Amino acid sequence: MGQLSGPTDPTADAHWEHSHPRKGFFTDTSICIGCKACEVACKEWNHNPQDGNLELLGSSYDNTGALGASTWRHVAFIEQGQERIVEARESGRALVSLGMPRIGPPATASPAATDLAEAETTPPDTADFRWLMSSDVCKHCTHAGCLDVCPTGALFRTEFGTVVVQDDVCNGCGTCVAGCPFGVIERRADGSVKVATSRNDQHAKHPAVPNAGIAQKCTLCYDRLVADETPACAKACPTTSIKFGDHDDMVETARERVSSLHAQGLTEARLYGANENDGVGGTGSVFLLLDEPEVYGLPPDPRVPTADLPQMYRRAGMAVAGMAAAVAVAFLGGRA
Amino acid sequence: MANADCIVIQGSNMAECHPVGYQWVAEAKARGAKVIHVDPRFTRTSAVADKHIPIRAGSDVVLLGALINYVITNDLWFKEYVGAYTNAATLVHADYRDAEDLGGLFSGFDPEKRAYDTSSWAYAEQGEGAIDEPGLSREHGAEASARAAADTFGSGGPPLEHAEVQRDDTLQDPRTVFQIVKRHYARYTPEMVRDMCGINVADFEYLARSITENSGRDRTTCFAYAVGWTQHSLGAQFIRAAAILQLLLGNVGRPGGGIMALRGHASIQGSTDIPTLFNLLPGYLPMPSAGRHDSLSDYLAAVGSKQQKGFWADADAYTVSLLKAWWGEAATADNDWAYDYLPRLTGAHGTYETTMSMLKDEVEGYFILGQNPAVGSANGRLQRLGMSHLKWLVVRDLNMIESATWWKDGPEIESGELRTEDIETEVFFLPAATHVEKAGSFTQTQRLLQWRHQAVAPPGECQSELQFFFELGQRIRAKLAGSEDERDRPLLDLTWDYPTDEHGDPDAEAVLAEINGRQLAGPDAGKPLSAYTELRADGSTAAGCWIYTGVYADGSNHAANRKPGREQGPVALEWGWAWPANRRVLYNRASADPAGKPWSERKKYIWWDQDQGKWVGDDVPDFPVDRAPGSQPDPALGGPAALSGDDPFIMQADGKGWLFAPKGLVDGPLPTHYEAQESPVANALYPQQQSPARLVFPRAGNFSAPSAGTPGAEVYPYVFTTYRLTEHHTAGGMSRWLPYLSELQPEMFCEVSPELADERGLEPYGWATIISPRSAIEAKVLITDRLKPLAVGGHTVHQIGLPYHWGVGSDAIVSGDAANDLLGVTLDPNVQIQESKVASCDIRPGRRPRGQELRALVAAYQARAGLTAETGNRAVTDPMLED
Repeated sequence: MGQLSGPTDPTADAHWEHSHPRKGFFTDTSICIGCKACEVACKEWNHNPQDGNLELLGSSYDNTGALGASTWRHVAFIEQGQERIVEARESGRALVSLGMPRIGPPATASPAATDLAEAETTPPDTADFRWLMSSDVCKHCTHAGCLDVCPTGALFRTEFGTVVVQDDVCNGCGTCVAGCPFGVIERRADGSVKVATSRNDQHAKHPAVPNAGIAQKCTLCYDRLVADETPACAKACPTTSIKFGDHDDMVETARERVSSLHAQGLTEARLYGANENDGVGGTGSVFLLLDEPEVYGLPPDPRVPTADLPQMYRRAGMAVAGMAAAVAVAFLGGRA
Repeated sequence: MANADCIVIQGSNMAECHPVGYQWVAEAKARGAKVIHVDPRFTRTSAVADKHIPIRAGSDVVLLGALINYVITNDLWFKEYVGAYTNAATLVHADYRDAEDLGGLFSGFDPEKRAYDTSSWAYAEQGEGAIDEPGLSREHGAEASARAAADTFGSGGPPLEHAEVQRDDTLQDPRTVFQIVKRHYARYTPEMVRDMCGINVADFEYLARSITENSGRDRTTCFAYAVGWTQHSLGAQFIRAAAILQLLLGNVGRPGGGIMALRGHASIQGSTDIPTLFNLLPGYLPMPSAGRHDSLSDYLAAVGSKQQKGFWADADAYTVSLLKAWWGEAATADNDWAYDYLPRLTGAHGTYETTMSMLKDEVEGYFILGQNPAVGSANGRLQRLGMSHLKWLVVRDLNMIESATWWKDGPEIESGELRTEDIETEVFFLPAATHVEKAGSFTQTQRLLQWRHQAVAPPGECQSELQFFFELGQRIRAKLAGSEDERDRPLLDLTWDYPTDEHGDPDAEAVLAEINGRQLAGPDAGKPLSAYTELRADGSTAAGCWIYTGVYADGSNHAANRKPGREQGPVALEWGWAWPANRRVLYNRASADPAGKPWSERKKYIWWDQDQGKWVGDDVPDFPVDRAPGSQPDPALGGPAALSGDDPFIMQADGKGWLFAPKGLVDGPLPTHYEAQESPVANALYPQQQSPARLVFPRAGNFSAPSAGTPGAEVYPYVFTTYRLTEHHTAGGMSRWLPYLSELQPEMFCEVSPELADERGLEPYGWATIISPRSAIEAKVLITDRLKPLAVGGHTVHQIGLPYHWGVGSDAIVSGDAANDLLGVTLDPNVQIQESKVASCDIRPGRRPRGQELRALVAAYQARAGLTAETGNRAVTDPMLED
């Protein structure tokens, strides 16, 4: 097993012999129009079943709720008033003044970010109301909890640095579900509805659900990547809100974008998952958010459960050693 | 749009309804453009715009008129552009009287016919007279309205006798168009905008400054609209108002300028180019009218005069080539190229007129293709009742849509108004192939034809439209074979031979080649034509749609051109093919100054190259390519030869962009604010409440709510507006049967402000019933700050949003009440479009009653408001003018 926390190259960690650049998404929520083409393209390509009970969820225009076994892209809709916008702008500004966490030599960091806290910027025009839209997806973590806890080896690290379930290996034990700090991976219930794959099946009443009972999540379209194709969601996105490419380039693009938004006075813009020193070693899917992660239903400080494994082993080892010592002392003492 | 410095989206929810096209707005924004969304609701478009300005539905002419006034009074208009390229300097005839002088009516209103005699709006002739329309007899507004004549201006302006106008280039003569426009909009002020649109003065100034600071030599502003502007009783005038503004700012014919008509379906532009409308022939040639266009010479004289300027003077070549394409050898000089084979209009036969005729048992059979009128057309109940009067009904669709099943599971079955066993209509459902199961072209909103290859064969008995109509034609012709009857000749003589594939599906490219046209005589006989300028009126050419000529030049399908944008210049001429002549920006000669130089380096597009003696640039020049900027040919030459070097509007009869429309519109030469058919607000500009020339249908089932100030108005106190969501397609035929789309928006809902929810006791995500004078529907309640109550004229106007995708039936994955059941039928008189963006209603908590109780509820409201068929339908509302 490779490194369990901190910055690393997950592909090398997984002992892939040839070097593939790590692939990932950069989802820029500031230009998302909430069209949900990503959700639909994802389901079509991956033949995922319909979710839900066909009733309004009661959450603005969001009716799929969250990522799950059958929804691998999910668009959140958040309506906010002026007060919250000001708070978001201030909390973003505070992040900037603390210094943005960054990778690599200082030269790659944008100069705009440095003195922004004091910079005079023109505030954007509409300030009394906004409607945030954000397309969420599996983070393909550098240190993936789901993968690290999987007892069967069904989850594996691909040559692209992504994390994928092998449907024919997974036994549905569900350990990974608890292992994901983002709540992404789930077991697919068999109560959901299969989608007809041809027009002739359209009115079939109870077709079987594929992969029922086993763990399912975004594969970053592994089957498309091996054919050198763009993942379905990024391909379908009309505004390039979802960008796909080499992970390093995505992080670079994300940093440039956040700097340019800061320069426009949109200090609420911040990156999520771009910090390789976070609890999951940074994510393969990087996001630009316009508010605190919690607002979008994302954990503010995700941490892979296995990050503490060495420490736990050390403590357990110490405990064992202590016990052994105590036993030894007891015996030795007894003899004496 | 990507080249614009400012984009105003008004009357459109572009990001939601045209998400793919919205990439160009996103691109412009990334390049630094300002994006402003003016809309009754805060939508997904507003969410990604720089600013959202809420507006009261239907008040757009007040806002646009005030912008025109702002531009003129602050002297911000683009003087060289306006002086040279528009009709600002042209004199209007002395008989003209403006709406400002007549209480909201223009000169020539005929209350009997509820229409204008438009002759007093004409240009002044050199001498005393007026420049009339060409042809033998002048057409009254009522007749022009009946054939929705304005639809024929889809590829150029209305015809004039000739173009020898009077001009005053100082623009000082009170009869110049410029002075008339200035006077007309003088009372359209920011305060009027505040009181009528509910837009505060600061927001108005923000908008006015944004568009004027981003217009001129170096910068361009673009407007985008969709059915939020068209679906009004004065919809055509909304767009005209934007045209006036854009001409004054010099934003037409230039990169990043224009008024973008965003058209919804994949080929809705194509469906007017190669029309599915009752009043058009291909290429915007009018369908002949009985009594007016009886002979080919009458028709041609009326369609375009040889004495007017520009390319519509060659309408004879376009018409004869069309007749040759359709009737081949049977079309000869001796029989006027088979002109008499064309059917003649005897009155209005638009979709709503046809519904009314069905109810009167005047229609026997009906084909429904790519449409779901039981859900998608205004006044759904009358649509369904109308269909119950038919003898037969054919529905060709992908799914068993509500228009095919209303006879067993429609709302009238539930309410007991119809009983299945009593309905005598025989309904045929014919399964249709989808867009991936057939080849053909889509013509999108930029006039770009893009070819679609067949991906898979259609399953079972599903057929393409092409195959269906080809076979239908073959079968009818087989039945008529050997007939001696004169009336069967048009069918029997039709050119009706296309190569087919092994499934019998005709080769779509062969049809495209026929549309493109070919030489019929001479050494090049059979050769595809490469430009519409090659068309002749002597029968030596054939072309099925003159504006598409060139798409199949050299026998190659240019609609299938797919060179990626990154491999070519900014205009990307090798992606698809745009009509006409693969031009991407129309009237692009206006991108250069009168001397032929680009207005600025930044907005350089087409310019005159003195050395080569021709127009050159990034795009295909939209001008006679060797006509020098300073040319002043004798206007009496007529046609393209008469175009001056500074006449960029080559499809207009005088070569100019029209601020004032002396011909072509039947409800006024200048956009004027009138309230909608139903409005809780009194028109503060004129005693005339509604557009006097609007088309009304006073009858049972189509009652209107009283307007502000008349008794009963308080019974329907709220405004509702209908719209689409990204997740669904129009009446749902292509989305409510798909689980992936249905789960994204599963239920019919209404959007209301928290204030209205409080006022009426509506619960979040609970049920509400919405009642109009036509019907009552139920919807889940979505309470949101995205809808704001507006302060208008001293009181609060609440607007309710209703998506119209759901319908009552049993076959779709999701169903629900149809918003269009609430709408009445009132039409714009220019193009016969229904007013579906604004109407009156009441809302209350809880589900609607079932069974007979539903009609009882609607009737109780009607009684309380004292409605009759005449309510709200008076043409002239000014008490001073009433007789």
